[in-house]
Parts: sequence; C-alpha cells; structure tokens
Amino acid sequence: MSEEMANPHGSHHHGGASKTGLFSTALPLLLFAGLCTAWPAVVRGEVFQVQWPWMPSIDLYLRFRLDGLSLLFGLIVTGAGVFVSLYSSSYMAGHPHTNRFFFFLHAFMISMLGVVTADNLLLLFVFWEGTTVFSYLLIGFENESETARDNARQAILVTGAGGLALLVGIFLLKAAGGSFTLSQWVDAGDQIRGHGLYPFIFLSVLLGATTKSAQFPFHFWLPNAMSAPTPISAFLHAATMVKAGIYLLMRFHPLLGGTPLWMGTLVVIGGVTALWGAVQALAPCDLKRVLAYTTIMALGVLTMFLGGQATASLTAAATFLLVHALYKASLFLAVGSIDHQTGTRELDRLGGLWRQMPLTALAVAAAAMSMAGFPLFFGFIGKEIMYKGALTEDMFPAFATTAAVLSNALMTAVSGIIFLGPFFGRRPKELGQVSEAPLTMRLGPAVMGILGIVFGIIPWWVSANLIEPAVRAFNPATEQIRLSLYHGINAPLFLSIATLTLGGLIYFFRRVARKVTAAAMDRLPVTTERLYQGSLDLFLKTAVGVTRRLQNGSLHAYMSLIFIVTIAAVAWPWIGDALSALRIPDMGGAVAAVGLSGLIAAATAVVVTAKNRLAAIGGLGGVGAGIALTFLLFGAPDIALTQLLVETLTVIIVSLVLLRLPPLEEAKKRPAPRRALDAALSLAAGLLIASLLMGVTQHPLDRSLTEFFENNSYAAAHGRNIVNVILVDFRSLDTLGEITVVVLASLGGVALIRNFARQTEESDQIQSVILKTTALLMVGVIIVFAAYLLLRGHHEPGGGFAGALVAATAFALFGIAEGPDKVRRAVRVRPAVIAMAGLAMAGAAGLPGLLAASPFLTGVWWNITSDIAVGTPILFDIGVFLAVFGAILAVLLALEET
Amino acid sequence: MEALLACLVGLLFAAGIYLMLSGVLVRFVFGLSLISNAVNLLIFTAGRLENLHPPLIAEGQTTLSVPASNALPQALILTAIVIGFAMVTFLLVLLNGAYLRTGTQDTDDPPFLDETGDGSLHAASAARSGESDPS
Repeated sequence: MSEEMANPHGSHHHGGASKTGLFSTALPLLLFAGLCTAWPAVVRGEVFQVQWPWMPSIDLYLRFRLDGLSLLFGLIVTGAGVFVSLYSSSYMAGHPHTNRFFFFLHAFMISMLGVVTADNLLLLFVFWEGTTVFSYLLIGFENESETARDNARQAILVTGAGGLALLVGIFLLKAAGGSFTLSQWVDAGDQIRGHGLYPFIFLSVLLGATTKSAQFPFHFWLPNAMSAPTPISAFLHAATMVKAGIYLLMRFHPLLGGTPLWMGTLVVIGGVTALWGAVQALAPCDLKRVLAYTTIMALGVLTMFLGGQATASLTAAATFLLVHALYKASLFLAVGSIDHQTGTRELDRLGGLWRQMPLTALAVAAAAMSMAGFPLFFGFIGKEIMYKGALTEDMFPAFATTAAVLSNALMTAVSGIIFLGPFFGRRPKELGQVSEAPLTMRLGPAVMGILGIVFGIIPWWVSANLIEPAVRAFNPATEQIRLSLYHGINAPLFLSIATLTLGGLIYFFRRVARKVTAAAMDRLPVTTERLYQGSLDLFLKTAVGVTRRLQNGSLHAYMSLIFIVTIAAVAWPWIGDALSALRIPDMGGAVAAVGLSGLIAAATAVVVTAKNRLAAIGGLGGVGAGIALTFLLFGAPDIALTQLLVETLTVIIVSLVLLRLPPLEEAKKRPAPRRALDAALSLAAGLLIASLLMGVTQHPLDRSLTEFFENNSYAAAHGRNIVNVILVDFRSLDTLGEITVVVLASLGGVALIRNFARQTEESDQIQSVILKTTALLMVGVIIVFAAYLLLRGHHEPGGGFAGALVAATAFALFGIAEGPDKVRRAVRVRPAVIAMAGLAMAGAAGLPGLLAASPFLTGVWWNITSDIAVGTPILFDIGVFLAVFGAILAVLLALEET
Repeated sequence: MEALLACLVGLLFAAGIYLMLSGVLVRFVFGLSLISNAVNLLIFTAGRLENLHPPLIAEGQTTLSVPASNALPQALILTAIVIGFAMVTFLLVLLNGAYLRTGTQDTDDPPFLDETGDGSLHAASAARSGESDPS
C-alpha cells in the first residue's frame, strides 16, 4: 500500500547519542524558560514589545511583540523543540550529517519564533519565507534519495507560491491604506473590510495560509513530506510549521474577518479538508502517512473554526491547536521510536510490541486516548468545545457540525488502529529481538502524554492561563472562557457520545473500511497531486519549447529580433514627431562639409559592397579619416587627432587579423528575401535615428556645464586646452575607469590569442632594406613627438591618449620592419607591465588630493613661480599614456608573434 | 548643419546594421566599427555645431575670447574613440579564435550553430541539404 520504503535509513540506526544534539537542546530550553518568566505577566494582560528600525523607507521595522497568542505558539514551538532536539540526538546518532541537521532544526525554530512574535507584516513575511526554506532543507535532508528531493521540491513550490501570494496580499493591504503593524489592526478592521480591494487581499492571504497549512486543494504536499526524518515530521508537520497558516489567519482575524466571504470560505474549505484528510487516513499502511492524513484533518478543523465569529468557535480553534500539538507530536516521536527499534513502520508487519516496549506503549496509549477523545484526557475537552463552537458557527453550522462529528469519529477509529495495531495482537516472527527505546527518545512522548492527562483533568487552569490570553489577543471582544470537565447535559455531550460510538463501529469494521478506502483512492480519476504534476510538466515543456524557438543558434535570428524590437519600441512613441522632424539638409552651407559627407558616404558604400578584404579595409579607413576631417572642420582638433591615430592603428590590427581568415569572396550569398529583410531593417533604423537626431537638435541646448568648464579651465585647473582639462582633471575618475577598460580588453585579448594559436618559429618580415634602416631613426623621432604631444596636452591639442597612440604606431612600424622580437628587446619591459604601471600611476596621482583632505583625484598644484605651476594632472596624464601604450603594444606584439 | 550630419549618422547606422545582419563574421566587425563611428558623430552633433572655433584658451588669456565649440561632448567622444578601438581589437581577436575553433566564417554553417545553439537548427538544415544536394 505504501510506496515508500519502511526504513530507508536503517543503516545508521544504532545506539549512542550525538553530542551536538544534546548540547544544542540548551537553546530551545533557554527560550522556553524565558517565555515562562514572561508568562504570568502576559496572563495579566501585559504585552512585551521591542523595536529597532531596519528599512524605514519601506515601512520595515524589527518589531517584536509578545502577547497571549505569541506566548501560546512560542511555548508550543520551544517546548516541542526541546523534546525533538533531545530525541534527535539519539535518533540521528551516527548519521554523517548530524551537525547540518541540528543547524537546520534550530534555524527553523528561530524562524518559526520570528513568525509568531513579529509585529511588522513585512518582518513576518521574511520569517515566513525562512520557515519555507528551512523546511525544504529538512524535508530533503536525505538528499541522496530522489524521492526525498522530489517531495522537498513539491513542498517548497507549493508553499513558496503561497508565500508569493501572501506578499501580493501584503502590498494590496498597503494600497488599501492598511498599516504593516499588526498590533494596530484591532481598530482598523472596518476600513479594510469595506474597501474595494478586500476580496483580493483576502484571497491572497488565504492562498498563503492554505498552502502552508495544507488545506484542500493544496494538501498533497504534506503526506509526501514524510520523507523527512521522523523527528522533523514531529516538529514541522505536527506542532509548528503547518500551524503557521493557522496563526496567520488568527492574526488577520480582526482585520479581515467577520465578512460572509471570510466565514463562508473558511468553513467550507476547512470542513472539506477535514473530511478528506480523515477519510484518507484509513488507507495507508505506513504509520507516518496515517499520521500525516490525520494532521490534514486537524488543520481542516482549525480552519473551519477560524471561520466563526463567536467566542466558542475561536476558543475551539485555540484549544484544539494545543490538544493536537500535544498528541500528534507525541505520536510522531513514538512512531519514530518503533521504527528505530524494529526497523519498520508498516502496520501489517508490526504487532504485539507491548511486552518489549512497555513505556512507549503507555505514551502512545495516552496520546491515542487524547486523539480519540476519551474523558479525562485533554482531547475530550477539545472535542466538547469543538462541538460547542461548531453549533454556534455563523455560517453553515449544520455542515460544520457534521464535518466535525464525522472526522472526529474517523479519528477515534484511526487512534485505535495506531495504538492497538502495533502493540497488541500476534507478534510477527520477522521482528526479532526488540528493545525499548533510549531515554532521550522516550522522554518527549512521555511528558506530552502526561500533560494530555493533566490538562484533561484540570482544564480550567489551561483556559485561564493559555487559551484565554491567546484568544483575547486577536479577538478582544471575548467573553470569559472557562473550560471544565463537565458542562452539563447538552448537545456537545450527546455529540461526543455519538462520536465515540461511531468511531468504535468504524474500528470494529476497520478491515473493510480500510480496503474500501484504499481501493477508492486508487481509482480516483483526478487527484490534486496529479494536477500539480501535470501543470509542472506543462510549464517545463513550454519553457523548453520557447527556448528551442528563440535560442536556435542563428546569429541572424538573434540580431534581427533585437533590432526589430528596439526599432519598434523606439518608433512607437516617436513616429508622429519623426515625420515632422525629418528635413532635407541645407546644402548651401559649408561646401567642405557637404563634400566630406559625400566622401564618407562613398567610403561606406565601399565597405558594404566590397567583395575584397583589402577594399573593405580601405573603405573603413576612408570612413574613419572622413570623420576625423569632419571633427576638424567643426572645431574639435583633439578628437580629430585621436580619430586619425586610432584609424591608423585599426587598419594595422584589422589587417593583421583579416589576412589569416578566408577571403570575403568565399562568403555565401544570402537568399534575396533575407537580404530584403536586412535592408528594410537597416533603412528603418537609419531613418529613425536620423529623425531622432534632427528632432533633438531642433531644441535649445543647456550649456551650463560647458560654461562652467570654460570659465574654470584656466582659473582653477591651470589648463588652456579645455577638453584635456576635462579629461584629466574635472572628470578624471571617468578617465581612470576608461583606461582600466582598455587595459582589461588588451589583457583579455592577449590571453585569447595565446590560447588559440601556436607560436610561429619565424615571423614574416618585410624584406625591405630602406624600411629597415630608416625604421629605427623614424621610431626615435616619433617617440620624441609622442612625448611632446603628451606634455603639451594641457594647453594645446594633444594629451596622454594622443601621445600613447602615436608611440604605439611607432612601435607598430618598427614591428613590421624588424619583427616582434626586436621590438620586445627595444622596449625591455613587458608591455603588460607598462600598462599596469600606467594604471598605478594614474591611481597614485589621485592620492595627493586625499592627503589634502579633498576627494580622490582632486588636482593639487604647487606654484613654482608666479605664473608656472606644477600639479598632479600631468602625473595622471603620464599614467594614461603608459596604460594605453602598454595595452596596445601587448596586443600588437601578441598578434605579430602568432 | 546638424541636419547634414544627422543624415550621415543615419546612413552609417543603416550600413552598420546591414553588415551586422549579413551573417559573415568579418562583416559583423566592420558593421560594429561603422556603428561605433556613427555614435561618436551622433554625440558630436548633439552638442550642437554653431561655433567652429576649437575650445582652446588663447595665450595670455584666462577665458575664451570667441565663442567655441562645445567642449564637453568632445571629451566624451575622445574616451569613446579609445574604448571603441579597444573593443574592436578584442572582437577581432575573438573572431580569429572563433575561426580557429569552428573553421568557418559563416554564422549559418553547422560547426558554428553547434557552438551557439542546441543543434536543432543544424539538424534541420542538414536534413534540408541532404534532400536537395545532388552532389
């Protein structure tokens, strides 16, 4: 019946206890003690609050609040934490990853405590997600097993999606004017309930709560989460994590509760979940799975009661919360003990254990009686108040009562199955010798069982000190609550008797009931789990299909898609103005400009249509030179100089690379439709950009920055070449970044070259005597010129960039004439080192500014005479020179050598 | 004057994009280089072209005596030219490496598609060429 292995980790079940576990139990113990010291004050009505700011701009504060509800949950969490930690030190002893286990366990506990004490909604969400993540890690703890991984993934996908829905709800609440501080909600309820966004807020919060608390239709992850080690199931899936959704609903009760939408939805969902879980609990053979289904039932019941308004319903919820936590955690731990000692937890392979494991049997007995609802046990109190609450429900009381009675009856039967099955009857021979579980594993169930009896006998103590403060915390209009053993002959009593009777009957016919249920479950055409799996598969298939479509490897496809989308996006708002902006340029103006434009256009045509590599390179050089002349024509000598130099070097490097590649004539001709598409796209893009630029230049320009630079260039920065002063003084940080980029590109290029190619033994040199003899002389002259350009840059066109480019060109010439080896010998230092030295120098030029208590790279000047001053910008420019020179030389030499 | 240069910028962009779409890697680099030039020209034109005097303060003066061309875009363009050059150099080195690795310049060839895609286009084109190729 069960598809899981009964004992997947039998190999590490041996004696001994983990020291980490024993020591780390101190943490929950201390926290529990701390909560106990605050307990009496909270019962009196005091509230403990503490607040630190975290991100005030988004209304996120570290705001923690301890009131009755937080105290109840906190005691459950830390109390269960103590026993689970102690239990795990024996259960997980010998497992290779115990430290990781205890880290996850306690991290989860802290997250859960954060959820129940957070007073800020965003903070609560942060801890909520923390519980999701740590429960994922814990469910998938046996990460070697694929089933465990799948189940953990299922849990995190479902609860994570719910968490996202909760976040949406949080922001909708903010939009509706709600505050993020939970304690302020008590008075703000009417405003939110009447707001138009209310249904959506409610739906989002509901999704968050129902996924976490395994309500129908999101319940399917909980039985699969039984892949987790048993103490984790006891902690997460009995006492704490699944109750987080219930906690959320309780906290939201004053803000969102009371409307027909809230009440009706919760009662229906809760009731359906309770019945569904209870019925399915009959089927499985695996004890843990049985317990999982009964947990689903309990959560359904809790949700159902939170749909009520009357004190009785809410009290029923709070009481059953405690009842369930006590007996369910105890049962999970006991089942884990049985598994640990016998090696199995299948019902048909267990029997007659009470002789070998008497103490465990007693603990299970106490828990089972509480679960069944026998008098003198706390469970009986819980059932009584449940029926009272169900009968006083505002919406669908009949449905609620029927659901409660039926599920409780089934619970009674299941409790009999769980207790009487493994411990009585004939003992199968395969079990062998079985010993009682160690003390650390017995302590938890024992204490919880005793509490179940004690609370059953003195319920008024519980109601006064635990239940009433809790309910009052989220429903201040609570009448006084008093739980007692005997409320008089009334409807709840009759219903309790009816439940026990019905439960006993079902137990009597349990074999038939279990067979029928199991068969019916197998025959279900659609299950929520199959729906989940189907939608996940569909999602993945769609993703694969889309990726296959879009990422097919064709560069043309990628580029045309990018261009089409970009052109469309830019043209969409601009298309109206585009037509008005376009105008035929005034040709009557500067003849030189028109002539240059014609030249550039012709060179561009050559580049596009060239079939010959050299023709294309020539065209490219022509375009660059034309643009340089354009810059010169319009009063920009510095960039004209740089453009011309860069063009020269580009031609050299392009030639060096292109001549190793196949000639362009061999390139395949593309089919006409594709070329038409390309042409259309290019034309559209060209027109768009031209019209944009024309449109932009028709508006006036804000020249305030330029005027600042013009006025201060000589006065403050001692420079007459305004462009250079901007580069090495005013905006020197940008230039520092820029030379870093250049050096990085060069180093990357050199690495790629070395990676891809082999060294050639001898390099092809040009055999020209004239070139060889004059090269050395010319190089000397050009280097001097480069230095001159560098030094005069501050006052005349020139500067570090121009100087470096000239120097690099000189060595390029030398390399062509003599070969790369001679160049290396002439330069002596490695080009990469030169580049890094340049970067360092440029950076160091910024330090005097820091020493003068100004920002980094502030220019510092020393007046030598009345009109000569020396300053750090020249050092910076020298750094730029060395960096760019070294970078270019490195790539050039690497290319020439391979 | 800006209109004339704007037309030139548009032309350079159109030519550059056409080359980038051509499917031959070398042409791609040419196209990128053209676009790089076009962008420099665009920034220059956007700084407005009214004054033709270079932004250089004369000897003995402390400020400009005649209205000069806009210095700020020129500073931006200078850095852009140098970085563009570094980028084109790097791209050429990559181009070389891509050719050595795949043995082809054409981006629609199977060895190239194997590198850049998941092979589905390669299988499709191989099927088509297997059907139609008589040799």
